[in-house]
Amino acid sequence: MLKQIEGSRAVAEAVALCRPEVICAYPISPQTHIVEGLGEMVKRGALAPCEFINVESEFAAMSVAIGASAAGARAYTATASQGLLFMAEAVFNASGLGLPIVMTVANRAIGAPINIWNDHTDAMSQRDCGWIQLFAETNQEALDLHIQAFRLGEELSLPVMVCMDGFILTHAYERVDMPTQAQVDAYLPPYVPRQSLDPAEPVSIGAMVGPEAFMEVRYLAHVKQMRALELIPGWAEEFRRAFGRDSGGLLHSYRTEDAELVIVALGSVLGTIKDTVDAMRERGVRIGVLGITCFRPWPQEAVRAALAQAKQVLVLEKSLAVGLGGIVSNNVRTSYAGAAQAVRTVIAGLGGRPISRASLERVFAQALDGTLDPVTFLDLDRGLVERALAREREARRSGPIAENILRDLGVVGARIS
Amino acid sequence: MTAVPAVAYTPQSYKSEVKPVWCPGCGDYSVLSAVTKALAKLELPPEQVAVVSGIGCSSRIPAYTNCYGFHGVHGRALAAATGLKVARPDLTVIAAGGDGDGYSIGGNHFLHACRRNVDMTYIVMDNRVYGMTKGQPSPTTEPDWDSKLSPHGTGLREFHPLVIALASGANFIARAFAGDPNGCADLIVQAIRTPGFSFVEVLSPCVTFRPEQREWKTMAHPAAVAPTDDPARAARRLMTDDGFNIGILYAGNRAPYRSAQAARVSPAELEKEFAL
Ligand SMILES: Cc1ncc(C[n+]2csc(CCOP(=O)(O)OP(=O)(O)O)c2C)c(N)n1
Ligand code: SF4
Repeated sequence: MLKQIEGSRAVAEAVALCRPEVICAYPISPQTHIVEGLGEMVKRGALAPCEFINVESEFAAMSVAIGASAAGARAYTATASQGLLFMAEAVFNASGLGLPIVMTVANRAIGAPINIWNDHTDAMSQRDCGWIQLFAETNQEALDLHIQAFRLGEELSLPVMVCMDGFILTHAYERVDMPTQAQVDAYLPPYVPRQSLDPAEPVSIGAMVGPEAFMEVRYLAHVKQMRALELIPGWAEEFRRAFGRDSGGLLHSYRTEDAELVIVALGSVLGTIKDTVDAMRERGVRIGVLGITCFRPWPQEAVRAALAQAKQVLVLEKSLAVGLGGIVSNNVRTSYAGAAQAVRTVIAGLGGRPISRASLERVFAQALDGTLDPVTFLDLDRGLVERALAREREARRSGPIAENILRDLGVVGARIS
Repeated sequence: MTAVPAVAYTPQSYKSEVKPVWCPGCGDYSVLSAVTKALAKLELPPEQVAVVSGIGCSSRIPAYTNCYGFHGVHGRALAAATGLKVARPDLTVIAAGGDGDGYSIGGNHFLHACRRNVDMTYIVMDNRVYGMTKGQPSPTTEPDWDSKLSPHGTGLREFHPLVIALASGANFIARAFAGDPNGCADLIVQAIRTPGFSFVEVLSPCVTFRPEQREWKTMAHPAAVAPTDDPARAARRLMTDDGFNIGILYAGNRAPYRSAQAARVSPAELEKEFAL
């Protein structure tokens, strides 16, 4: 059924269609509307039987989900930013134990400095924790990925993180096609756990493993993710047949057929990139786009094939490996058959900085004429940076950087008298 | 000759020029005013005071003062304040924040800060709701308060911060009401003067998400009891009070935490210790 609804609401309804049995919630912007949407459904009785638990922190949220999942329940939670970092120990625990929890991450920057706006630093901080990580481009894809996530996670006994851009998707009202309960029931079979705390067949979950077998257990987690790479395309195809649209899968190429330059990105910024590419294509520029939907496991072969024709690759990413540069771009480099220098990194949109078509077009053009630096920070205010560096040169006690910069911008008055 | 402070401090001396973004009518304005009044009364130079907070509407308070301010992550105000105080015992340390910050996500630190009894004052602006994230239940929320995150109410018994503070070892326990900034300021003065961990729970209405809390002005009343240093009496008092008793409800004599005086050992002496 077509609906014009908020992204968070769309995800809440999709999660409800997946019949979760335990939902743990602790609010944090921009995730809050998702769990509040589910809470409202619980109140209306639209989600029975489901335990909705208002927990005391994200650490509790993930830990409660772990307990519920270990007991054989379909468990769901959602978070963002600081919340994801706060639950990090339990996040690793969930994947280490192989518990198929599904979690939405409404992507938001990480502090300090505190910032509530969108980027991918939160999800990227957990990229190697053993969860499957999917990134939605649109609200339709966000809702579809949740339905696929339960299927995928439960089949493989792995937790799945569905990442959607905070505010840009979570708070945007868009038209979505909401599946029916019958469609979802047909696609997502009831959860049959591989392991469960069952009094009839007692097991203990969470054994200590020493050097004699730790490597093997970790290796098996890797094997599972590799297995996911094989299965995801088929499931996306099955999804297409059942729901009538292309959603999910490993990646999506756009106008790459004869492209010399391919732009790689994750999430909602792909929309702006495609518009920019369309405009450049009209002027005859051979440029295309590769959107990565499945970031973990990393689709090594699929990316390699998708970039086979490209002479240049530009990875536009909303996260920064401080002290290195790009995160996604370093993943891309492992899958690009050409020279590593042909893969350039553009860090963009940190902390909600707008990514405009004009700026994109400028860096794409620079990449094509070979003048783009290996790592570029889109629309960085050099003047501000220089002032901060000068302050540090001038005085040992130069003060807190964020407050100083805000003062330079005139956002706060001088507080030190 | 009695020492005369070089500067005469007024509440204004402690206010920064950052304008609060709190909703009009929020109780936190009065708490800010009470804190600045208390500091003026104590004649503490602003730079000798550190205000440490976590995240929440109430946790914005450091930016609105002219003191040394530290705005940390959600739930960690007390831990950061502990580090600050042990590194700079000469400073007056005030930790401040909301009931969510202090009792849910930061609840474990609350227990251990009471136990550790470091000399600082902890001001919790309790509005029984998460204000900043727009109206979700906190540990002090009434069990039947209906919200999107607590369909039909949480059904959970409220957290009783004062009883927990007492059981955990806080040395000074008071309840204040934001509707009476002068009374609140007096309690903060006493809290700062009392050595050890002083806990001031301030009933501070969230007029936006709990408009019914405007009625607190008819409910708050002075505690009809003198402060006690007997934990058993205080426990009975706290367990049976109506939640609106305003005043000092417990003031103990427990020695505050002292940083271990590191013995100064020369490298030569150290070497001797490790000699085989
Ligand atoms: C780790 C983490 N989780 C969640 C949040 C979102 N968050 C910000 S403030 C807040 C609760 C604030 O409530 P309270 O402490 O009672 O303060 P109030 O806003 O009512 O003054 C929450 C949940 C966060 N910032 N960090
Ligand atoms: S939301 Fe509530 S707590 Fe926050 S500023 Fe407004 S009235 Fe105060």
